[in-house]
Amino acid sequence: MMSGLKPKHQRLVLVVVALVALVGAGLLAALALRDQASYFYVPADIAADPPAPGQAIRLGGMVENGSITTAADGVTVQFVVQDGQARVPVSYSGIVPSLFVEGSGVVAEGSMNANGVFIADNLLAKHDENYMPRELEGMTSAELREELQETVE
Amino acid sequence: MHGFANPARFLKIARWLTVPLLVGGLVVSTAAVLWGLTQVPPDRLMGDTVRILFVHVPAAWLGMGGWSAIAIASLVELVWRHPLAAIAARAAAVPGAVFTAICLVTGSIWGRPTWGTWWVWDGRLTSMLVLLFLYFGYIALSSSLAREGQSSRIAAIFGLVGAINIPIINRSVVWWNSLHQPPSITMGGSSIDPVFLWPLLIATLGFSLLFGGVVLARMRAILADIQAEARLRRKALQAEEALA
Repeated sequence: MMSGLKPKHQRLVLVVVALVALVGAGLLAALALRDQASYFYVPADIAADPPAPGQAIRLGGMVENGSITTAADGVTVQFVVQDGQARVPVSYSGIVPSLFVEGSGVVAEGSMNANGVFIADNLLAKHDENYMPRELEGMTSAELREELQETVE
Repeated sequence: MHGFANPARFLKIARWLTVPLLVGGLVVSTAAVLWGLTQVPPDRLMGDTVRILFVHVPAAWLGMGGWSAIAIASLVELVWRHPLAAIAARAAAVPGAVFTAICLVTGSIWGRPTWGTWWVWDGRLTSMLVLLFLYFGYIALSSSLAREGQSSRIAAIFGLVGAINIPIINRSVVWWNSLHQPPSITMGGSSIDPVFLWPLLIATLGFSLLFGGVVLARMRAILADIQAEARLRRKALQAEEALA
């Protein structure tokens, strides 16, 4: 079939066909892993398909503004993780990471209890893709958003 | 392209380019890193930890860039049988592996104070670790083929197959929920404040110059090795003939 081609072109066709097959296989594998390879579930996933109580999972999302409260024992914090579609209340006893603030991203490791509260054994702070110097810290959120918009543009 | 196929011609250009690339890269990257360490304000949330950005991100890009170079050189070797392509691929492997390792180590050091953990098995971190192992495999394979005097075609196929990991690393934070943040710099713009972005870009330029200089120096060393070996073989042959 390829006898009319120069050897160089024959090799090129062969390599291109092999590469297309390889990339196709890789993409299919990545697509199949879409659900399994995620590091955490977002609250919408929990709402759509509630995990069994006690099943170890990771929950990730944003800490809802104004939701962090410290219990009377001083080491237990309660807050709500939301992703804009659903919310999950979380309870955690221990030292929180320094980047753990309201409105920031968080990944909690633990499990749901029977009352629908996520009991976290471990908290990881998730940093977002924004890098801003401290001078912008005093700004209101509207100003910050404006500044961010300028940076993005 | 075949103008550069002549190793003598390549060597003439490489000899002239190596030192400027290495010195320029050293000066530019030192300046950018010093700028990032001393002149840049702390980040609003991360504080001084943000300064690791100026090493981590260029190292990550060059770690992936190194394998992309291996893949392109492998393609050129397999299809066009370009005599320098295999040497270029071999030369890019070690600096690529070093930058990948720097990326993993600096990322881990950044992750401890920022995330609260040294390591997690999320998509980005895992695929980057796989890249480091691919480099180890490629280096072992290509150097053993060269030592045995065998064709480097198997290494070239490995280089091409391994390239599938590069888009996976790039897309890992988009396809899957990951602890690692999504890309800050996209086609649409950058969510990194210019005060951090400029030293980052200049550090990337400096590291890239260094990378180029190291690759050229290694290519020259490999070519010199091949020449020395050929000369030895010729001498041995002559000695045999003289005896006969």
